[in-house]
Amino acid sequence: MISKTVIDEFKTIVGENNVMTNEVDRQNYAYDAAVLEPVIPAAVVRPSAGEEIGRIVKICNDNLIPVTVRGAGTNLTGGTIPLEDGIVLLTNRMNKVLELNEEDMYVRVEPGVVTAKLAAQVAAKGLFYPPDPGSQAVSTIAGNVAENAGGLRGLKYGVTKDYVMGIEFYNAEGNLVTGGSKTVKCATGYNLTGLMTASEGTLGIFSEITLKLVPPPKASKAMMAIYDSVEAATETVAAIIAAKIVPCTLEFLDNFTINAVEDFSKVGLPRDAKALLLIEVDGHPAEVEEDAQRVEDICKDRGAGRIQVAQNEAEKTKIWEARRTALTALARLKPTLILEDATVPRSKIPAMVAGIEVLAKKYDIPIGTFGHAGDGNLHPTILTDKRDKAEIHKVEQCVSDLFDIALKLDGTLSGEHGIGIAKAGFMVNEVGQSSIDFSRTMKKSIDPNSILNPGKIIGR
Amino acid sequence: MSNLNELSQLLKEIEDQLADCMKCGMCQAVCPVFTETGDEGDVARGKIFLLERLGDQLLHDAKGAKKRIEKCLLCGTCGANCPSGVKIIEIFLKARAALTTYVGLSPVKQIIFRGMLKHPKRFTGLVDLASKFQGLGISKANIDQGTCCSKMMSGLIGDRHFKPLAKKPLHKICPELDTAPGKSGIKVAFYPGCVVDKMNPEIGEAALKVFAHHGVGVFMPANQACCGIPALASGDKQTFENLLDHNISRFSNAEFDYIITPCATCSSTIKEIWPMMAGGQDSKHYPAIKMLSEKTMDISQFLVDVLKVTPVQGGGKAAKQVTYHDPCHLGKSLGVYSQPRTLVQANPDCELVEMNEADYCCGNGGSFNLQNYDLSCEIGMRKRNNIVATGADIVATSCPACMMQMTDMLSQNNDTIRVKHVIELYADSME
Ligand SMILES: Cc1cc2nc3c(=O)[nH]c(=O)nc-3n(C[C@H](O)[C@H](O)[C@H](O)COP(=O)(O)OP(=O)(O)OC[C@H]3O[C@@H](n4cnc5c(N)ncnc54)[C@H](O)[C@@H]3O)c2cc1C
Ligand code: SF4
Ligand code: SF4
Repeated sequence: MISKTVIDEFKTIVGENNVMTNEVDRQNYAYDAAVLEPVIPAAVVRPSAGEEIGRIVKICNDNLIPVTVRGAGTNLTGGTIPLEDGIVLLTNRMNKVLELNEEDMYVRVEPGVVTAKLAAQVAAKGLFYPPDPGSQAVSTIAGNVAENAGGLRGLKYGVTKDYVMGIEFYNAEGNLVTGGSKTVKCATGYNLTGLMTASEGTLGIFSEITLKLVPPPKASKAMMAIYDSVEAATETVAAIIAAKIVPCTLEFLDNFTINAVEDFSKVGLPRDAKALLLIEVDGHPAEVEEDAQRVEDICKDRGAGRIQVAQNEAEKTKIWEARRTALTALARLKPTLILEDATVPRSKIPAMVAGIEVLAKKYDIPIGTFGHAGDGNLHPTILTDKRDKAEIHKVEQCVSDLFDIALKLDGTLSGEHGIGIAKAGFMVNEVGQSSIDFSRTMKKSIDPNSILNPGKIIGR
Repeated sequence: MSNLNELSQLLKEIEDQLADCMKCGMCQAVCPVFTETGDEGDVARGKIFLLERLGDQLLHDAKGAKKRIEKCLLCGTCGANCPSGVKIIEIFLKARAALTTYVGLSPVKQIIFRGMLKHPKRFTGLVDLASKFQGLGISKANIDQGTCCSKMMSGLIGDRHFKPLAKKPLHKICPELDTAPGKSGIKVAFYPGCVVDKMNPEIGEAALKVFAHHGVGVFMPANQACCGIPALASGDKQTFENLLDHNISRFSNAEFDYIITPCATCSSTIKEIWPMMAGGQDSKHYPAIKMLSEKTMDISQFLVDVLKVTPVQGGGKAAKQVTYHDPCHLGKSLGVYSQPRTLVQANPDCELVEMNEADYCCGNGGSFNLQNYDLSCEIGMRKRNNIVATGADIVATSCPACMMQMTDMLSQNNDTIRVKHVIELYADSME
C-alpha cells in the first residue's frame, strides 16, 4: 500500500486524472506481452514532462516505492510487470518529437514516441530511421532503447543501439543525468548511452533520446528462394555473406511456418518445401541490380528449387506477405504463443534449426521457426495453451533445453527481446556468476534502495 | 448484487475466445478510443484482461469493469487488425450481456428498451407523438446542416447539434409495400432501419425510387422492429431476442431474393450479430436467422454487385466534389469498400475525392456517444478535420448513425459541407 500522502504528492505533480489508484485501472498495468503471471501495481502515474519524472522518482526513492516504467507494454520478457507495492510510470503522454535536424541528421524525441510514427515523420523529411521491430506500430522509442530492439533490417543497418547518440535520464535520486551528444563522434566520459541501452528500466528512466538518422536507400529488390533442405538454405546465407554482399534483410521460414502461412493466407507457398529465404538488397540502383543478380546466382548454386524475383512494388509486397503473416498465422493455431529469440553465430544456424526440430519431437510440442537468418537470430515459436498446466511445464523444460543448445553453439539467450523476468534465471549459464555479481554491484551503487524495476535482468 | 462466482459462470461462454488473446498489444495501433486516451484499459487487450480476471474471480469491482468494457465504440477496428484473430466483438457483446445480467440494467435503459423499443408499435407511436411537440424549446443551430440544439433538454443531450425528427416518418409516407419484380426479375425485402424511418425518411424514399427505376420488386412489411443492436450493446439480451422474434415473424414467411438495408449498422447486425447472438444452431429460430442473414445486403453492394451499376463519365468538370466516409460496420465488418464509391461515381454530377483515413471511425458508436460525449467528439473532430481538408462539397456515407455524428461535428464548427447517404446521390442522378 502506498500512503495517501504520497498519492496526493503524485497528484500535485501530474494532476488528479493522471494518477490511477482504483482496482480496475490498476489491473490493466499488471501484464505485458510475456506469458507470465500478472502483478497488480499499487498505482499508475502518467507524467507529461521529464521534470515530473524526476520528482516522482525522488518521492519513490524517499519512500522505498519500486518504479516500473512502461511504454507500450509489448516486451516479451516481463520487463514491465510491476511489483505489488510499486507504481507503474507510464510514458505515453510524453510522445513529442522535439527536434528533427535534417542538417546534422539526428532526431531528439521524448520517450513515449511510437516507433512507426517517428519513422514516418523522418521519412517525410527524406531521411531514414532503420530499426523496425515487428511491434513498431505501437512500441515506444524508450522501450526499443531499453530492450535494444532489433528488426528485419538488422543485418545491414544494425539494431536500436546503433542509432542512440545521446540520452537523458533520471537516476534513482531523481536527478537528471546526460550521456552522449548530438555529434557523430563523442569520447566524453563513460559511455552512459551504451550502458543505458538494454537496461530495461533498472538503471534510470529515460526522458529524452537523440537518435541518428541516415539517408534512405535509392533502390531495392526482393526475392524469395525455396529449398528442399534446411542445410541448403542456411548454406546460402553463409555463401551470400562470404561473397561480401550485405542484404538489408535475409529472413528464414521453416516448413512448419510455411504451412501455417499457407493455411492462413493461401499465397501459394509449396507445402513440401523445407525452408524458404526472403532476401532484399538495397542501395544505389546499379549496385542493387548487380547484387540481386549475384544473390540469385548463389541461391541457384546452393540448390534453391525455385526463385521468385519481384519485378515491381506489388510483387515485392506479395513476397513479403509470407514473412509479415508468419506470426499471425502461427498465432491462430493455438491460444498461447511463446516467441523465443535465442541467437547463434550465423554459421551455426543449421545446427540450431536441427536442435529445435529435435526438441519439438522430444517434448511433442509444435514449434514454428522463422526469423532473421542473416544475423543468426531465429524465432522458434512455441504453440501451446497457458491454461494447460501440465503442458506449460513441458514448455518450460523445452525452453530451458533450447537455451542450452544456443549457448553450446556459442550463442546468446536473447538477440533482441531482452531478459526481463523470463530469462533472468538463465543469465548465469551464459555470463557466469562473476558477471552477475559485477552487474549487481553496479546496480547497487546506482540504485541503493533497489527501486528501479527491481528483479529484472539480474534477479534479486 | 450476487457473488462473483455467478458472474464467473456467466463468462464461461467466452472463456476460449478470451484465451486466444496473446496480449501482444497490437490493437493499440488502431483503437480510436485508445488513440485519444492512451489508457490500456480502453483498448481490446485491457478489456479482455479485465474479463479474464472477472472469470477467474480475481477482480472484485464488477461495476467498474463493466463501465470500462462499455467504454468502446464496438467499431471492430481491433478485431479486423488482430494478428491472433480474436473474436473481439463477440467477446464484447457476450460480456456486456453477462455483466448486465449480473449488475442489472439501469432503470433508464429498462424504460427505453423494455418499455419502448421492445414494442415496435408503441415505440413508433411515441416517436410520432414526440415529432409533433419537438418544436418546443429547440432552436436552429446551423442553417446549412439543418440542425437544432436544445437548451431545455441540454441536461439530457448536452450541446449536441441534431437533426429534428422527421415531420412525416417513412412509415407514414409509405406504410407498407409488396410489388412484383419488374425488368430486373428481382424482388427485395426492404428494411429501412429505425433512424431512416424516424429521422431520415428521405433516404428510404431515395431507396424506393432507385428500386422502382431498376425494376426491382419490393416487399416492405408494416410494423418492423429495431434490429436490436442498441439493446444488445447495453447487454439487454432479452429485448434483443424479442426484437429478433418480431422481425422474423415479419420477414421469414415472404418470398424475396435479398434483404436490403441502407444502414450499415443494420446490415452488419443482421448478417453477423444475429447468427452470433441468437443462441446458436440449437435455437428454434436458427434456420430463419440463417436465411435472413444470408440474404442481407447493403444497398450499394446490391446495386453494384447484383444490378451491375457502374461509374459514368462526369464529362470533365463535375458539379460537386464528394468525399466518402467508410462506416466501420460496412468496411471493417463486411468488407464493403468499393461499392458505395461506385455509387457516388454513378452520378455524373459527382466527383469522388478521397479523404485521409476514410475508414477511421467517426466516433458515434451508438450509446457510446450518449455515455462518452466528449470523447466521442474528440474522435469525431478528427473525422471532421479529414472531411474539411478535402475541400469537398458533400460528405457521403452509408450509415445514418455516422451521418448523425458527422452532421453534429460539422454543425458545431459551422461548416457548410453537406452530409448525404450515397443512395441519395445516386437517386439524384435519375430524374
Ligand atoms: C507482436 C510483437 C512483435 C515484436 N517484434 C519485435 C522485433 O521484431 N524485434 C524486437 O526487438 N522486439 C520485438 N518485440 C518485443 C517488443 O515490442 C520490444 O521489446 C519493444 O522494444 C518494447 O517496446 P515498448 O514500448 O512496448 O516497451 P515496454 O514493453 O513498455 O517496456 C520494455 C522495457 O523498457 C523499459 N522502459 C520503457 N520505457 C522506459 C524509459 N522511459 N526509461 C527506461 N526504461 C524504459 C521497461 O521498463 C521495460 O523493461 C515484439 C513484440 C510483439 C508483441
Ligand atoms: S491485437 Fe488481438 S491478440 Fe493482440 S492484444 Fe489485441 S486483442 Fe489481444
Ligand atoms: S471495438 Fe473499436 S473502440 Fe472498441 S476496443 Fe475495439 S477498436 Fe477500440
